Amino acid sequence: MDWSQIAVDTFSASLGALAIVYVLAAQGLNIHYGYTGLFNFGQAGFMAIGAYGVAIVSAPESVGGLGLSLWLGIAASVVAAVLLALLMGIPTLRLRGDYLAIVTIAVSEIIRLVLRSEWSEQHLSTGGNSGINGFAGPFYDNNLLARIGGIPATRFNATRYEVGPFQYSGRELWVMVVGWFVVAVFAVLTMLLMRSPWGRVLRSIRENEDAARSLGKNVQGYKMQALVLGGVMGAFGGIVLAIFQNLALPDDFVTRTTFLAYAALILGGAARVGGPIVGGVIWYTLFSFMNNVVAQMKSADLFPESVKANAGQLPFVFLGVALMLLVVFRPQGIFGDRKEVELDAR
Amino acid sequence: MPADEGSTPEASGTTTPKGRVSGPGGLLGLDPTVGVSKPDPILVADGVVRRFGGVTAVNVDHVEFQRGAITALIGPNGAGKTTFFNLLTCFDQPQEGDWSFNGQPLKGIAPHVVARRGLIRTFQLTKVLTKLTVIENMRLGATGQRGERFLPALFRGGWRAQEQSNTERADDLLVRFKMDHMREQFAGQLSGGQRKLLEMARALMTEPELIMLDEPMAGVNPALKQSLLEHVKSLRDEGRTVIFVEHDMDMVFDISDWVVVMAEGRIIAEGTPEQVGRNQAVIDAYLGSHHDSELDAIIHGDVPDHEVPIVTGDPDRAPSEEDR
Ligand SMILES: Nc1ncnc2c1ncn2[C@@H]1O[C@H](COP(=O)(O)OP(=O)(O)O)[C@@H](O)[C@H]1O
Ligand SMILES: [Mg+2]
Repeated sequence: MDWSQIAVDTFSASLGALAIVYVLAAQGLNIHYGYTGLFNFGQAGFMAIGAYGVAIVSAPESVGGLGLSLWLGIAASVVAAVLLALLMGIPTLRLRGDYLAIVTIAVSEIIRLVLRSEWSEQHLSTGGNSGINGFAGPFYDNNLLARIGGIPATRFNATRYEVGPFQYSGRELWVMVVGWFVVAVFAVLTMLLMRSPWGRVLRSIRENEDAARSLGKNVQGYKMQALVLGGVMGAFGGIVLAIFQNLALPDDFVTRTTFLAYAALILGGAARVGGPIVGGVIWYTLFSFMNNVVAQMKSADLFPESVKANAGQLPFVFLGVALMLLVVFRPQGIFGDRKEVELDAR
Repeated sequence: MPADEGSTPEASGTTTPKGRVSGPGGLLGLDPTVGVSKPDPILVADGVVRRFGGVTAVNVDHVEFQRGAITALIGPNGAGKTTFFNLLTCFDQPQEGDWSFNGQPLKGIAPHVVARRGLIRTFQLTKVLTKLTVIENMRLGATGQRGERFLPALFRGGWRAQEQSNTERADDLLVRFKMDHMREQFAGQLSGGQRKLLEMARALMTEPELIMLDEPMAGVNPALKQSLLEHVKSLRDEGRTVIFVEHDMDMVFDISDWVVVMAEGRIIAEGTPEQVGRNQAVIDAYLGSHHDSELDAIIHGDVPDHEVPIVTGDPDRAPSEEDR
């Protein structure tokens, strides 16, 4: 087993493009669940909408896309995420919280299954279960690091660069610069909103929506705004993933993706601006550490025959146990205040 | 606010431009019969019926509440008082009936819109926002906040001054309710009685025209009750209308200008506290549900020194609202 390689890979992954994807998804869930108390279990659906919005609008016509600019693709993703939030919110936000949970989980699965179906492969050029690829070229052509950092602007620069203990390909570095910038923008936005009276109304809805109503607050309206805002953040997670992979793949957006984003949020601490960021990074570090260890053990043939075929699931088992321990021993996450978490809601 | 001049606590009234007498004075000499019309009603209900399965929780033919007065709504547990409050404030919908506030029908209107029109209620089972501090609970009550809209929220300069003045008003109220020392505590750390106080203070942040209090005294420390009573009276002096549900007969007799009695969903009597106290139907309703009633004692002027309410709260529905 090559522990130094495991260390380098794990460190690198901790801040890499895929960590950003989970951070963005968790930032959105923080608005929904952390501040407003909405149970959105369909964040993967918002991510899928984000990824496919860019892919369909920006892919060249030769592969069935619209051949428009990447900017338009991103704009289309945002608009589609807003529409999805309205679609899910209008029928459910008036009802008890569990209805939203059921509808969001169902809608996100419907989105995935439709995207990978043969029907949409033929009629919407979604590429079925192999997805759409080849639309992110312009993103890498505009790699600003090429101008300032001396990194060649070859389209998909796969050369690996060392930055301290980290190792990234040229293309990933550029995704990281843009991705962390988006994370920072959302963090500032969240901070400004949550220290305002608007954020106070969201938190009051989380605590008791009838109380908010009795004071004249339009609870449905605020819930809808929160659903849209967090959904757009989730869509950016999908956009970053699609651009990084140069591929929008339906099965990246299984329900598990939503739950992993929740795990990141709870680890970091809900209703804290830094919660989803630190939680996402630590969570993804643990995840890639486990993946790297399992991969090395596999290639060193350390698993018994009976486990070998399913060894890829072991990181999830480990994370499940870790999450249980977290909830038992530190329910407030890294940033939360235990006293606050344990206040009873008589 | 209507009529800040003139209305003193003791049964004087103000004459509105239309010649109607508002305030407690308008209740003088009214015939104490169920459904009697008031000179200046602020809230009127007609034929309101609410059934839960086979149970008819509320069945009110006609009732009017006088503007600028303090009206008590009393009745045994399960009489339908809370349900009637929920209906009037649109937190629940009746099967039949109409009701109006300031002459405007309220049927089918969202509860937050009712609140914005100036009809604010509190809850029997308190709904404080546990993970917000006391002061944040209070600030939430302020109306017309610019910073509560999405885009303006981003720019502190646009709402800072308003927030400041709301905070000052909130701090004044906290002092009046003797809660200023708990300003920075989470509302979830308060006792049941303190939660009642906070909820009432928060409701007052909205500057309501009509405030409906559901058992405001339940669980409140006796030492505080007296000042709370004074506070409710001062609301009337400011020209506000108060309707409250209460089991504490001392409070009912002390501060109310008019008493409406419910039993089994119906209004069985209304009148001044003295008139209602003499009403045989009322005595029967109470005795029917509670044999060692103190009502007799109170009616016959034999009020005990210690405070013994007839019924304290709904023990089966409102668990442990004792002061810690
Ligand atoms: N949500 C509900 N579902 C079924 N029955 C209810 C509901 N709310 C109230 N009730 C019934 O309606 C009646 C009146 O209750 P309530 O208005 O709480 O009385 P009060 O406040 O006068 O003590 C009771 O019989 C109660 O059990
Ligand atoms: Mg009640």
